[in-house]
Amino acid sequence: MTTTTTTKTSPARRTPPVSHGLIQPIAALLWRDVRVLRRGFRQFVIRTIMQPLLFCFVFSYVFPKIGQGIGAGGGSGPNFATLLVPGLIAVAIIFQGVQSVAIPLTQEFGYTKEIEDRVLAPLPIWAVGVGKIIAGALQAVVAAAVVFPIVYFVHAKGQAPTVHISNWPLFIVVLLLASVLSASFGLLIGTSFKPQQVPLIFSILVLPMTLLGCIYYPWAKLAPIGWLKFAVLINPLVYMSEGMRASLTPDVPHMNVAVILLVMLAVTGAFALASLRKFRDRVVG
Amino acid sequence: MTITLDVDAPIRAVGLRKIYTSAGREIRAVDGIDLELRKGEFFGLLGPNGAGKSTTIGMLTTRVIPTEGRAFIAGIDVMRDPARAKRYIGVVTQTNTLDRSLTVRENLEFHGRYFGMRSHEAGIRAAEMLEQFRLTDRAAAMPSELSGGMAQRLMLARALVHRPEIVFLDEPTSGLDPQTRLALWEILRELHAAGQTILLTTHYMEEADALCERLAIIDHGKVLAEGTPAELKSSLGAATVVNVTFAEDPAPLLQQVGGLPSVARVEQSARTLHIFADGVQGQLAGVIALAAEHDLHVTDASSQPPSLEAVFLSLTGRDLRE
Repeated sequence: MTTTTTTKTSPARRTPPVSHGLIQPIAALLWRDVRVLRRGFRQFVIRTIMQPLLFCFVFSYVFPKIGQGIGAGGGSGPNFATLLVPGLIAVAIIFQGVQSVAIPLTQEFGYTKEIEDRVLAPLPIWAVGVGKIIAGALQAVVAAAVVFPIVYFVHAKGQAPTVHISNWPLFIVVLLLASVLSASFGLLIGTSFKPQQVPLIFSILVLPMTLLGCIYYPWAKLAPIGWLKFAVLINPLVYMSEGMRASLTPDVPHMNVAVILLVMLAVTGAFALASLRKFRDRVVG
Repeated sequence: MTITLDVDAPIRAVGLRKIYTSAGREIRAVDGIDLELRKGEFFGLLGPNGAGKSTTIGMLTTRVIPTEGRAFIAGIDVMRDPARAKRYIGVVTQTNTLDRSLTVRENLEFHGRYFGMRSHEAGIRAAEMLEQFRLTDRAAAMPSELSGGMAQRLMLARALVHRPEIVFLDEPTSGLDPQTRLALWEILRELHAAGQTILLTTHYMEEADALCERLAIIDHGKVLAEGTPAELKSSLGAATVVNVTFAEDPAPLLQQVGGLPSVARVEQSARTLHIFADGVQGQLAGVIALAAEHDLHVTDASSQPPSLEAVFLSLTGRDLRE
């Protein structure tokens, strides 16, 4: 038996109950995240400020005071605070970007499945995922901005970092790419693992990425450990730190800018596509 | 065979099938379901847990991709254009999916905005829904502070914010206390009276009987029977169902009971015989006499007009509650 299906076309198609378009619903998804963020603002501030504050306090205040030599070494060249700033910004972005997407997703995908209401919004599923990435990226940008005042004010006498945004376009491109990369990575983590596993992922994935992400040292300085210098190249955070270095402290040795941008672009694209696909697979059975 | 799809049908499904593969085994959650709802109809899918009701709703509401078949919402192909189809539907899922990070009012407002309403419009609509569902004084509460009945009302209010053409309710009263259930029935009746098309799933036969104009009884992913509750009950061809429960397995009696006067059919579930009869004309006395011959002991007996439960039993040989 063959079955042919024909559709009677009606001259007057029904008009949808409300207006449509992609922009407004996505904006509403973002507003929802902003509203939730505002409700938990104190938590957000603590989460954003704590890490750079402690880093600066220990490395730029305590260490110079107690005469602990770290980082730059020797009298010449930039002080450690200067070396640290680009890395601190990179780590602030990755932490905030990943956390702000992955942690709420564990609840939304978990027992309550409260993501369902947003999945039922009249949007393609990918657009709901894009909303998540944008919201996370915005929080990462805020986290990066918070680092600047902290590094200026928290340091021992005479240990002020010499930081100057010498190349604004490069800084903005690196900042945006790094933020989207981190938020997509957060979406990938949040959709690839069971809710209970996500905290574990932070300690076995995000923490090593941070310590081996050329935060506290420029990549070029790894030369004495050749295998490590090669191995860390799989870590996307290396390119984020080096990109920040190229735009904030160009005098400190850093990777070739074209390489940094190309790799960041490729990784961002790959993470975004993979995470959106995973997101769709998680919400549609 | 040519199937003509009526674009005016709020819901139209043809040959819907969903097959999951788990550990190399095929699970046919939904095994070829056809459905068509008329505008303004209150339609029920009645069946036990695991019959495929939720999967069917999942496919009609774009959240589950069918293995085979097609589904249309207000004439829109659900698989081809899910984003557009979603504009016409409101969904109350089986679990409480309220946004726990937003207040009661914000749950309604943001839902409206996801559907393209302007902030001002969404605010007005949210206030209307709060009033209609008697939630105004809890507007600033968080969902975690609501009782089960209030949470369910909020879920329903949220599903209606964008004025959908069809509302899907997946087991809306399971887990509610009897009083709250009756209150929700009242709300659903009012919605129906106002012309809302509703598709409801339930495993409570009295709920299907009380609310639905038309029903499909489903089991193992297939529609076993479809019709109004009255049609389904009269399809039994019996005016009375006599249930007799024994202390022992009554299987040896089956055939002889079937031969009693005016008995149309006999079904057995566990230790109970369900006797479908044209009238009450001494079947009970006959059964008790037969039981004594076989040295079986009757522990309980009752007779009632045919119910949807009896329809399910006669279709599947199983009790809906099993």
